[in-house]
Amino acid sequence: MAASVALQDRFRRTFVTPEGVDLKLELASGGSRAGAFLIDALIMIVLLVAVTLFMIWISVPGIDNFLFILWLVGFFILRNGWFSLFEMGSRGATPGKRLLGLRVVARDGARLTGAAVVARNAMREIEVFLPLSFLASRAAEGAADTFLIIFSLLWSGVFLFFPLFNKDRLRVGDLVAGTWVVSLAKMKLSRDLVSSSEAPRRTFSNAALSLYGIYELQTLEEVLRLEQSQSIETVARTIRMKAGLPDDGDDYGFLSDYYAALCAKLEGGLLVGRRRETKWEN
Amino acid sequence: MNAPAFRAPMVNATRFRAAHEEDWARLEELVTIMEKRSLRRLSDDDLLALPGLYRTTLSSLSVARDTSLDRGLITYLEQLCTRAYFQIYGVQTPASRQFRRFFATAWPEAVRALWRETLICVALTIGAAIVAYMLIRGDPSWFYSIIPESLAGGRDPSASAEYLRGTLYDSVDDKDPLLTFATFLFTHNSQIAIFSFALGFAFAVPTVLLILYNGLMVGAFYAVFAAKGLGPNLAAWLAIHGTTEIFAICISGAAGLRIGMAVAFPGRLSRMEAAVKAGRLAATAMIGVILMLAVAGILEGVGRQTIVNDGLRALIGAAMLAMWIVYFYIWPTWREASERDDRGS
Repeated sequence: MAASVALQDRFRRTFVTPEGVDLKLELASGGSRAGAFLIDALIMIVLLVAVTLFMIWISVPGIDNFLFILWLVGFFILRNGWFSLFEMGSRGATPGKRLLGLRVVARDGARLTGAAVVARNAMREIEVFLPLSFLASRAAEGAADTFLIIFSLLWSGVFLFFPLFNKDRLRVGDLVAGTWVVSLAKMKLSRDLVSSSEAPRRTFSNAALSLYGIYELQTLEEVLRLEQSQSIETVARTIRMKAGLPDDGDDYGFLSDYYAALCAKLEGGLLVGRRRETKWEN
Repeated sequence: MNAPAFRAPMVNATRFRAAHEEDWARLEELVTIMEKRSLRRLSDDDLLALPGLYRTTLSSLSVARDTSLDRGLITYLEQLCTRAYFQIYGVQTPASRQFRRFFATAWPEAVRALWRETLICVALTIGAAIVAYMLIRGDPSWFYSIIPESLAGGRDPSASAEYLRGTLYDSVDDKDPLLTFATFLFTHNSQIAIFSFALGFAFAVPTVLLILYNGLMVGAFYAVFAAKGLGPNLAAWLAIHGTTEIFAICISGAAGLRIGMAVAFPGRLSRMEAAVKAGRLAATAMIGVILMLAVAGILEGVGRQTIVNDGLRALIGAAMLAMWIVYFYIWPTWREASERDDRGS
């Protein structure tokens, strides 16, 4: 649990709005970036195949040259423009990125410019198309010069796996363009854990409420929101044992009352400037 | 148990939700409409309310972070503010204005800022051309190691003068219409230009090699044609599109060089800052390079095939070169000077 919280914060970045509030953007994970790319690549390939077949189907001798021109230009725009044109739009994302809730953002917090988008996507030439063409040439020539091929694959692999080797998960293109890709998760407002109960609450002694800090409180919040009976039972037993309280048979009720009381106490601490992060602090 | 204690809200999150939940919900609704459709789908009332709702929610987030320990609430507000921020501030400059700015200032300024690298690339191209020319004049067999057979198309040292003359003036056979040829040349050359730009990141070494090779090819062909007394004819044949095309390739090389140099020798800036500064400048120049190559493709595919007069070919080539030079290097200086005068008076 501690590891997952730390991991969350490790990939959040300061991003201050003009109003002076830090939005703490979350960097997109490597998996979702790769997923978005695969979706885009798939759409591009399907589009290319469909259009090519359609053109072959409607082609008659009179217009086939015109169709070929259209195809050439279309292929060029698809290969070089797909990512750039979509990312220059107001969504700042290709269809694949949009589907996975990602967005390209300028690292300095300024507006994303066309130049930045073009820079980050032109670099795909050496990240994607270079390794692909090496693979293609290997297939064409056979493994004539294995050593050279291994070397070139290694070299192109450096660019392909670049995002895994820096803390901001930047592609070479992101590095050169001054951008990064953030994840914009959508979520609903979760219910208020404290006001939901109308019944009179249990009260707890000061000693029982001094056991934990904010980190433990928020872990308890997660347990209550997930509502998994097994973890609720375990947590309730642990707290009762530590606080020396008897088991009254209602684990969930006990935990939500304890949560409310602990939350009120720790918030009271905040008011006088005392922020107790974990149970280890005093 | 004391009865009054549970009547009043126990924690800040509850008070907070009661006071602002409606605003948050309304903002969420508006943001969702904007994300799914567009800003234009909002009614006038919604548009007026939007900035206020955004600021309320943003201050809710600030207060919640400091006074509330409800993690669910804070994460909700964070994602809502972030989404609203990108809908409100993430709006792009209108395409028409971006377009105008690109042609009026961004493109010429980017190319002008790359003048040193461009000069290096031009020098490399000319140098390589001279080397190839000298080599092949000394020993024609060098030609075969510079130009692959598919590219030579019979235009090698063993070809007759008649044949070579034919390649310069006979139009490509009628089955292959000019526009198709022009389009092919454009997409092919642009891809190579983008590639040489991207390769700049590898400390510019591959970019320099590409530029050198380009020069070698020009020199090699010139040597073959010059040996048959067709040197000036080839020059005119090449000039009509070559001034634009070779210039564009030199600028793409310059863009690659700038990135490579910024990464290798960042100077006073951090390596990261230097890379970003160079990258954005070079990308602007690269958009221009693609446009230049489109012009070159039309000149080569259509202009050269219909105009067979050497003088006219050379004239068009020279005029294009002059136009680019004025646009990139002279016009911005004029405008800066006139702007300075305006400010001074």
